Amino acid sequence: MIAFANISWYLFSIAGPMTSELPSKSAVFHYHMDLQDFMLWTLFFIFLTLLLLVVLLVERIRELSGFLLRDKQKKHNQSFSDQVKRLNGQQIAKILRFKRNQHTLKVLFMGLLGLSSLLLPQPLMAANSLLQAASPSVSWGKAGFIITLVLLLIPTLLAVILLFVKINKGIRRLHMGAQKEEAKQIAQEIVANEDPALEATLLARQEALTYRLAPDSLSGNHLANDPKGLLALQEGVEIPIVSRKKKAVPRPYVEPALGKLVLWYLMTACFWLLFGTTIGEYVGIKFVAPDLEHLSWLSFGRLRPVHTNAIFWGWASLAMIGLGYYVVPRVSNVPLFSIRWGWYALLLINLTVLLGTIALMAGINNGGGEYREYIWPIMLLFGIGLLLTLINFYKTIGRRTTREIYISNWYIVSAIIFTIVISIVAYVPFWQHGLGETIIQGYYMHQGVGMWFMLFTLGLVYYFLPQQLNKPIYSYSLGILAFWTQILFYTLIGSHHFVFSAIPWWLQTVAIVGSAGMAIPVIAGTTNFLMTFKGAWYKLADSYILPFFLVGTIFYFTGSMQGTAEAFRETNLIWHFTDFTVAHSHLTMYGIISFFLWACIYAIVPRLSGREAPQITIGAHFWLALLGMMMYTIPLMYGSTLKGLMWMEGKPFIDGVAFMAPYWLWRAIGGSLMWISHFFFAYNLYKMLSATKELDLGEEIIEQIEQVKS
Amino acid sequence: MHFFDNHKKLFLTATLFFVLLTIFVAILPAFHNQLINAPLPQAKPLSAEALKGKALYVAHGCVSCHTQQVRNVEMDKVFGQRPSLAADYADIHRMDFWRNTATLMGTERTGPDLSDIGTRQPSQDWNLVHLYNPRIVVKESVMPAYPFLFTLKDKAEEGDVTIKLPEAFAAPAGKQVVATEEAMQLIAYLQSLKQTPLAEETPAPDFLYKKKLAAANAEGGAAAEEEELDGEALYVAHCQACHQADGNGLPGAFPPLRGSKVVMDDDLNLYIDIIMNGYDSRPEYGVMTAVGANAGFTEKEVAAIINYERSHWGNQGKMVKAADIKDIVDFVKGQAK
Repeated sequence: MIAFANISWYLFSIAGPMTSELPSKSAVFHYHMDLQDFMLWTLFFIFLTLLLLVVLLVERIRELSGFLLRDKQKKHNQSFSDQVKRLNGQQIAKILRFKRNQHTLKVLFMGLLGLSSLLLPQPLMAANSLLQAASPSVSWGKAGFIITLVLLLIPTLLAVILLFVKINKGIRRLHMGAQKEEAKQIAQEIVANEDPALEATLLARQEALTYRLAPDSLSGNHLANDPKGLLALQEGVEIPIVSRKKKAVPRPYVEPALGKLVLWYLMTACFWLLFGTTIGEYVGIKFVAPDLEHLSWLSFGRLRPVHTNAIFWGWASLAMIGLGYYVVPRVSNVPLFSIRWGWYALLLINLTVLLGTIALMAGINNGGGEYREYIWPIMLLFGIGLLLTLINFYKTIGRRTTREIYISNWYIVSAIIFTIVISIVAYVPFWQHGLGETIIQGYYMHQGVGMWFMLFTLGLVYYFLPQQLNKPIYSYSLGILAFWTQILFYTLIGSHHFVFSAIPWWLQTVAIVGSAGMAIPVIAGTTNFLMTFKGAWYKLADSYILPFFLVGTIFYFTGSMQGTAEAFRETNLIWHFTDFTVAHSHLTMYGIISFFLWACIYAIVPRLSGREAPQITIGAHFWLALLGMMMYTIPLMYGSTLKGLMWMEGKPFIDGVAFMAPYWLWRAIGGSLMWISHFFFAYNLYKMLSATKELDLGEEIIEQIEQVKS
Repeated sequence: MHFFDNHKKLFLTATLFFVLLTIFVAILPAFHNQLINAPLPQAKPLSAEALKGKALYVAHGCVSCHTQQVRNVEMDKVFGQRPSLAADYADIHRMDFWRNTATLMGTERTGPDLSDIGTRQPSQDWNLVHLYNPRIVVKESVMPAYPFLFTLKDKAEEGDVTIKLPEAFAAPAGKQVVATEEAMQLIAYLQSLKQTPLAEETPAPDFLYKKKLAAANAEGGAAAEEEELDGEALYVAHCQACHQADGNGLPGAFPPLRGSKVVMDDDLNLYIDIIMNGYDSRPEYGVMTAVGANAGFTEKEVAAIINYERSHWGNQGKMVKAADIKDIVDFVKGQAK
């Protein structure tokens, strides 16, 4: 991983002369690339390109001479019937027509094949002499000399490229000329040949080419018999705007009371998603237009935590727990321990976010640590909700009818236990004086992300992904490896949010090492998911759910590894405190968590309600969310990297602010797309819950029969 | 494994593993750090007013954009004279029954670091105008405006602090913009944010990742000594906030330097005195604080700034050499108020 950080370092180091002064104090293994090295590398690449071009040219010329030689020999060796095989049906028809009219139109064919003269381009010999002139006999290592050499070689390179193109063109013309010559000879042969056998050959070939099966020659004329029930009739098929995907398959019976509970969790989650991202969108716009309004309740400092907390505890937490209520009893093969407790937890968590939002907007917060802005009486409600959920899940698993505990439940139950531990550590005051607060803050903010959202969501994916692919998870053991290594490494990494701060240096180092260690669970998890996809990739095109899983998996890898890359001291220097962090947290909370959650929701809701959302709006949701996120994160990452370099250069602070303006605008645009996509999601959820059910003819008939009977 | 087929054993193992790591990586270090660190001997506790200001700082979520930590890396040198130490935070405790400790270190620097803002920007006038609407003084700023911390009055009463606004932002005719108590508390807190000096025998920790240039200069010795400082950078860092990039100042708040008599005058005494020790003798403008003395300017910085101001915005004044003004700088330093 250190090598990785260094590679990213080079990329920035060679970006311009301004970085040539960047520091390299710490590591022995740190390789610093200066202007001279850069030039040497350029030189190397130019020579490499030259060499490549020369080899290519030699190859082309050999090819050409081979062609010309072969051409001379083969002409008369080929039989006519072989020649005919090179013609297509239409051409044969034309020749036949011609043969039949030959006596009247004999001369015309000849005129068409005039010879075009060839002109070989003048090779640019000057380029070669330049090349020789530049070959060095002076001592290496003088920067000025190397630069001159590079400057000389650049036009040389261009000249050689031009030469290459010209020669290539010449070769092609030569080749075409030879072909024309061949065509001419064959034509002459055809014209001269009066043998009826020729016509017979042509006719036979024509017949072979135009052979078609009769419409019923493979099927017969009996009615379709389908004893295995493979065929289904689809009525009213029109030209679709979106490709038709598979409908949800009916699943085992779900207790209606449980279904209702799960749906309520998802509906309230959706509400907080809409609310939270509306706030987020507004906050993003404030970067571009800070004087929109001047109300204390809507000022940036107050709304930012409203956005993050509503998304964390409202959207993601409620959606996860709701889906958990489906998964835990299902993989334990027993009913849920207590549905009533589930309702209590739902109420408590919603109350937390509602009260917390109002408190934050009124200026009542816990002191400014990220994600623990809610004061303790409010967060306590959330804690009780978690505790109820934990007991509920634990008791359900305790009564399971399977011997083993499915891996999903490892992740889900542990996530809840750990989050309760984290909250206690974060809100109990004894160890939070002075710097203690900062150490706890680092621990808390990262465990909240990694042990709550990531762990829980992974548990859901271990259930829903195999279910959607209709095959078992690739490796159970990899899942277990990821589980234990996630606990081992993730717990350590919190302090990487305070690298170079006053907290102990050793603690920062532990966090950085832990961040590198995160590669193990992340690679294990990604491999597991991708290998589960293996052999079932064709299902991706058939499903509107799997694309969400795929995006989530991809960002699970890239987003998490980006986190590792950001943790190193060298990279931290550039990226810490900039909007890079903001881009990273959206890549992960949005790209991983939200995409996985949407996948699970689209998988489960049609099963509970029996209705599906229109595919076109699901597609709109998917693409707007994905494109919006890319437009949000990429400009932010790019801009903030440059901003970090400006800071290191010692540019005035306000220059960095002014510099970010266009990137903040892009953020607002991308954010708008993401925001719009959530309205599509809400509409889809609405459709899945309460659209008028499509009339199932079969069901209707049975109903009618039953009515008649009674 | 049979061990993990028992849900009690499985979840107990996982919980113990997690709690153990938590104790070692969070709770013990936190305990240890609050035990071993004490405030610096010269540290002053926050005044009652500044404490109220801090509560407002927390309530308005200023920490969303402003850090309060000077990291021990070279690029943070602009925000303080030394890296922040554990001792700087040692005296911060729980705010009240409802709220946690607020070290306010922050994780985003959308706005500048404020650890030493009391030294870097001590002017009350500037801070009030900036709070009312940051874009009055810093055109490119994206900081929220806080007009709700001010009231409009027909006539300022005894003890009211009014702010002077340029035309584009002026209050309705006949009204005056008066800072509320809350605005004054917030400014009091900002002005109290100063890095405590270390005891003389204690060396300040190093800034890491030094620029190569700086190292080269140090080795360069005498040659580097002669080199002129970057007047523009110094102007941007210390003067521009009030006098603006175009040298025009802000009418009614901060005087222009373009065509200024003080700037162009051959007599440098007053000019240098103002740069070092501030100025308050023109009622139509705000008070200037001791910018140079606060920032510890030497004659080199002063000369660079003078030369910059005398050669820009149409100003064509006589250039000065650091060595020539050394006496004046030393003299006015002795007169510091």
